[in-house]
Amino acid sequence: MKHVDEYRDRALIEPLAAELQRAVSKPVRLMEICGTHTMAIFRSGIRSILPAGMEIVSGPGCPVCVTSAAHMDAFISLADAPGVRLAIFGDLFRVPGSNGSLAHASSRGAKVEIVYSSMDALDIASRHPDDLVIFLGVGFETTTPGIAATILAAQRQKIDNFCVFSTHKVIPEALDVLLQDPELQINALLCPGHVSAIIGAAAYQPFVDRYHLACVVAGFEPADLLNGLIRLARQIGEDRPTVDNIYPRVVSWEGNHRALAMVDEVFEATDTQWRGLGVIPGSGLKIRERYRDFDAEQRLAIVVTDVPEPKGCLCGQILKGQTIPPRCPLFGSRCTPASPVGPCMVSSEGTCAAYYKYGETG
Amino acid sequence: MCLAVPMKVEQVEGSPDDFTSEQLATVNMDGISRKVRLDVVDRWPEVGDYVIVHAGFAIHSLVEEEAKRNIELIRELASHMPEEMLQGGDGS
Ligand code: SF4
Repeated sequence: MKHVDEYRDRALIEPLAAELQRAVSKPVRLMEICGTHTMAIFRSGIRSILPAGMEIVSGPGCPVCVTSAAHMDAFISLADAPGVRLAIFGDLFRVPGSNGSLAHASSRGAKVEIVYSSMDALDIASRHPDDLVIFLGVGFETTTPGIAATILAAQRQKIDNFCVFSTHKVIPEALDVLLQDPELQINALLCPGHVSAIIGAAAYQPFVDRYHLACVVAGFEPADLLNGLIRLARQIGEDRPTVDNIYPRVVSWEGNHRALAMVDEVFEATDTQWRGLGVIPGSGLKIRERYRDFDAEQRLAIVVTDVPEPKGCLCGQILKGQTIPPRCPLFGSRCTPASPVGPCMVSSEGTCAAYYKYGETG
Repeated sequence: MCLAVPMKVEQVEGSPDDFTSEQLATVNMDGISRKVRLDVVDRWPEVGDYVIVHAGFAIHSLVEEEAKRNIELIRELASHMPEEMLQGGDGS
């Protein structure tokens, strides 16, 4: 993997790290909104060399974490329904609902299978013709094209015991709501690498125009990250916010047309609830009427009812960049990855899990 | 959920416009081969190209050249530094 090693080369990293120290001339408060960035930043150790005047906050970039408590409860009660077999991404398994998790449901006999890809759920459906296999759709723009492709494949292969419970979400609408929050006060955005591969770097231009936000689309290797921080600091220093795409090996200005077309074929925009952010108009994706046979909510007439967040859990505020995990009184005591209270401690991309794993105490 | 590392394409099955056939690539990462779907890839890859994979689907393909050009851009940024450092340290 030659391409990767180059981005981790010390001879490259050291001058970049030195430049970062000098690049910050005005205060930079930047948000990243990608779970993979959250983890990559911690893993790289960049947090420990951040210059004075630069602060990184995590936003709502972990799809499992932003899944509302109401949706979590709906997932868990589906698991207990007779004749239902759930297919899920592993991150969801241990997220607590009001009454236990999918893991608990599974241990009392519910059929819950962890899959690597949504396509695996089609194989499960073929193997279990007497069960209705429901894929729990959680994810952002990077994930939805694959789910759309899976629904189209199910239709082609005439697999009728398969459907999707879509709680998919899109990033720009949520970002817009966040940026209207006067408390947030961020002036820079580290744009998500792979969400941007789908929606294109152009998607951030409105935020430059509307909020004077410095935007850099960056990859995940240490050299990518340092380069990203340097460029954000320079944009702010020169007071010239723009969209700077420094991940051109993966992200284009327009995005991935094939993937976007497939998503548009299967899904349409809807209002959806985010943990911490509430209901955001047009921020969700629901399955179009012409694919209603693959829509679990239609097939099972699922009703999602509001439930309170886990008691004492600050995930909601953390996802809005309003606080950090060590300020949560439960962090590391009552809430640990082995015994999580909220989703931000469960998901491998959750901010609380990252702080815990890398021993950050704020 | 994201695998940020590009994987090398060893074999391609199906064609970009024929959705009735399986659209698959065999990719290699760290010596392990596996199949990924090509349904939503932006550009149909050829053997020897690289793909970025998310949850079993290739979402982007890149040729070796693109990967190289990107690192060169970062190198350029880094190579300006000694000079700037000298200027910055110009206290004498
Ligand atoms: S430490 Fe646990 S309880 Fe506190 S905010 Fe994070 S997930 Fe919620």
